[in-house]
Amino acid sequence: MAITVSDTTYTRNKIHPKKFALWVACGSMLMMFAGLSSAYMVREAAGNWLEFRLPQVFNLSTIIILLSSAALHFSFFQFKRGNERNYKLFLVLALLLGFGFIVTQYQGWLAMVEMGVPLKTNPSGDFIYVISGIHAAHVLGGIGTLIVALIHAFALPFQVTPGRKLRFELTLTFWHFVDFLWIYLFVFLSM
Amino acid sequence: MATTVNPTIKDKDDLLIEDLGYDDHFHEHHDGDKYQSSFITTYIFSQDHKMIAKQFLITGMFWAIIGALMSLVFRLQLGFPDDSLAWLKPVLGKWIQLNAETGMGTLAPEFYYALVTMHGTIIVFFVLTAGLSGTFSNLLIPLQVGARDMASPLLNMLSYWFFFLAGVVMFASLFLSTGPFAGGWTAYPPLSALPQASSGSGAGMTLWVVSLVFFVVSVLLGGVNYITTVLNLRTKGMSMWRLPLTIWAFFITAIIGLLSFPVLVSGLLLIMFDRGLGTSFYLSEIFIGGQALDHVGGSPILYQHLFWFLGHPEVYIIILPAMGIVSEVLSVHARKPIFGYKAMVFSILAIAFLSFIVWAHHMFMSGVNPFISNFFVVFTLIIAVPSAVKVFNWIATLYGGNIRFNSASLFSIGFVSLFISGGLTGIFLGNSALDIQLHDTYFVVAHFHIVMGVAAFFGMFAGIYHWYPKMFGRFMNETLGRIHFWGTIAGSYAIFWPMHYLGMAGVPRRYYRFDTFDSFSHFTDMNQFITIAAIVVFALQVLFVINFFYSIWYGKKMTVKNPWQATTLEWTTPINVGHGNWEGNIPTVQRWAYDYGKDGHDFISQIEPLKEGEQTAH
Ligand code: HEM
Ligand SMILES: [Cu+2]
Repeated sequence: MAITVSDTTYTRNKIHPKKFALWVACGSMLMMFAGLSSAYMVREAAGNWLEFRLPQVFNLSTIIILLSSAALHFSFFQFKRGNERNYKLFLVLALLLGFGFIVTQYQGWLAMVEMGVPLKTNPSGDFIYVISGIHAAHVLGGIGTLIVALIHAFALPFQVTPGRKLRFELTLTFWHFVDFLWIYLFVFLSM
Repeated sequence: MATTVNPTIKDKDDLLIEDLGYDDHFHEHHDGDKYQSSFITTYIFSQDHKMIAKQFLITGMFWAIIGALMSLVFRLQLGFPDDSLAWLKPVLGKWIQLNAETGMGTLAPEFYYALVTMHGTIIVFFVLTAGLSGTFSNLLIPLQVGARDMASPLLNMLSYWFFFLAGVVMFASLFLSTGPFAGGWTAYPPLSALPQASSGSGAGMTLWVVSLVFFVVSVLLGGVNYITTVLNLRTKGMSMWRLPLTIWAFFITAIIGLLSFPVLVSGLLLIMFDRGLGTSFYLSEIFIGGQALDHVGGSPILYQHLFWFLGHPEVYIIILPAMGIVSEVLSVHARKPIFGYKAMVFSILAIAFLSFIVWAHHMFMSGVNPFISNFFVVFTLIIAVPSAVKVFNWIATLYGGNIRFNSASLFSIGFVSLFISGGLTGIFLGNSALDIQLHDTYFVVAHFHIVMGVAAFFGMFAGIYHWYPKMFGRFMNETLGRIHFWGTIAGSYAIFWPMHYLGMAGVPRRYYRFDTFDSFSHFTDMNQFITIAAIVVFALQVLFVINFFYSIWYGKKMTVKNPWQATTLEWTTPINVGHGNWEGNIPTVQRWAYDYGKDGHDFISQIEPLKEGEQTAH
């Protein structure tokens, strides 16, 4: 691989530039959801707002994504420790749980339709479709990075190198971020 | 190429860098050679920040010409509504309607709106955001903080190509048979949210949104890089308080962009849902052709909140880089340290913070609660304080300076003049009571064109004239530069000053013609005058463009590394900068960026160690 400028060692920095860049990018994505949440609140305050309970299956979603985050973190520990078997096992588990999250989100939307709140009923429902939909798109992005991680795990000979550790950490950070984001949205939308 | 030490005679800076610089083993990787291996990777898909800067600049210039030409067409309509525009038919096609009897060509009203909309969108986003911040952040951040390149050259390259893609989509929308979007650069619903609302609201608006989303991606990729580079890749000794003000400005600009542009995306996503899926976030009780639409319960004001939460920070995204450039250029050419360096930094921070809590001053007349308006009035007026601090400091920097009057410093001084003129009218507009009269009139048009449009262009010109030698190894023609300056400043005031009077008399913006209104028809001469001034100013910009391209190949060659005798790091790089910026070690920084006229020295470079017993500012 061609060596790029950012590979030169910058010894005076504690945090790797790429990790820092990811944090900044997460902050930016957070602002998008902050924008949507405040639109939600402004619109809610304006009245003509249909009140309804979030479908139960969103609770399940929440548990699944939490477990997925935990699995990925555990996989990362095992990776650092050099335990190849557990590292791969929990990586696969994290990915499967990620798919589980998307499936349960979809079931949640179906449940909303069944409850009588399909799209276009009232902005209160529409906001939930839009916000959870955009979040799901971010989760799909995370799933993409997990798939790449998985390919790395199974295609390359196992080795704990700084480069691979960094890549894992980046994946982990983003995955925790979409997890955190969902918790925030879940609490916000349930209130 | 970059691995061998330059055989030419070393000057003092080289020796210092060799001595004090620190070795990051950059050139041992031989990536200099791998890096620019072909025409394509050097000039097209380049990852070198200096080349990406040039790409941003030239693309920005392309858009500036398109945007300016559009304004000429609608100015012709406003200044000479009864003259035939048939001669434009070959270019504009069906948008010029010919009268079969008289042969008189008139501009289609819906295309007038499209032109105004595209002019605003293009200048605000493509020219003054990408063309200004994209160009100079890319060029100067690595060079002035002492880095080999951006934190992620790949993302940096993608940032340019997303901008390019945004441009392609917007350009394509100009050729739609229904025309591009025509509901104003702010894209308020319902015109933007209902495809059937006007001819530009259909495919034109869809492409507008797609283009802007690509554009936001570009801004975010760039911004992540700028922030990371400034915080993580500064060379040894370059503490934050030693950064040139340019870098402070680009850094804070990137943060504002990262916090505000995603909110615009939220707003646009909801528009797309209203358009595509029939939701009612922004729409309520609308009748088209006597038919009630089934959209109920939405609020167009919601969009205005989301838009202006970006929109107001956006105007500072445009002006802060220009302010940074002006601070640096003024100091260099006045041969004096910038006055009140720390106050400059804190005023940038204050402006950035305040810019997030004033957005509703664009909505005083939209029916928002007047008590809430008061809150926004107060914060809006407070923004004038840090703005005034900056103006004071620029003037104090000039005061008693040994000023070199050249194109770069003249444009910087012009910037200060324009910023004062335009900032003062902001204080009128910031009063919600006065705004009842002034809102949506030519007074607002005058305000923001002077304070943002022309001023930011002046900052950009100052930067181009000043750093042109660093970009192309040659100088632009100085005589043409001065003609460009004097003509443009006189001409810009001639265009925009009269608009204040129009606005105070209540002439509304975005109207197709005024001669048919009794109350405004006596402004005919003034409108003609404005149009003629606009044509003259445009001609001068053509002169600039010629000067720019001519000088790339035939300009006076730069023979010394530091032609302006400046202190900052970019002038310690070789005349023709290769990839990685410095040939051997990275220079280390020993002092702040503004040691001009100190201890009997005209200037002392940032890499020069402190003398025994010497006091340093930072
Ligand atoms: C002293 C500081 C300033 C104050 C108090 C101020 C105040 C205002 C107010 C109240 C409006 C809304 C007028 C209306 O629509 O009725 C306005 C419009 C505008 N201002 Fe300023 N402004 C200031 C500085 C600036 C600066 C520095 C920029 C840009 C660099 C800027 C760019 C704009 C733009 C683009 C608009 C109009 C947008 C539109 O409606 O299309 N302003 N300003
Ligand atoms: Cu504003």
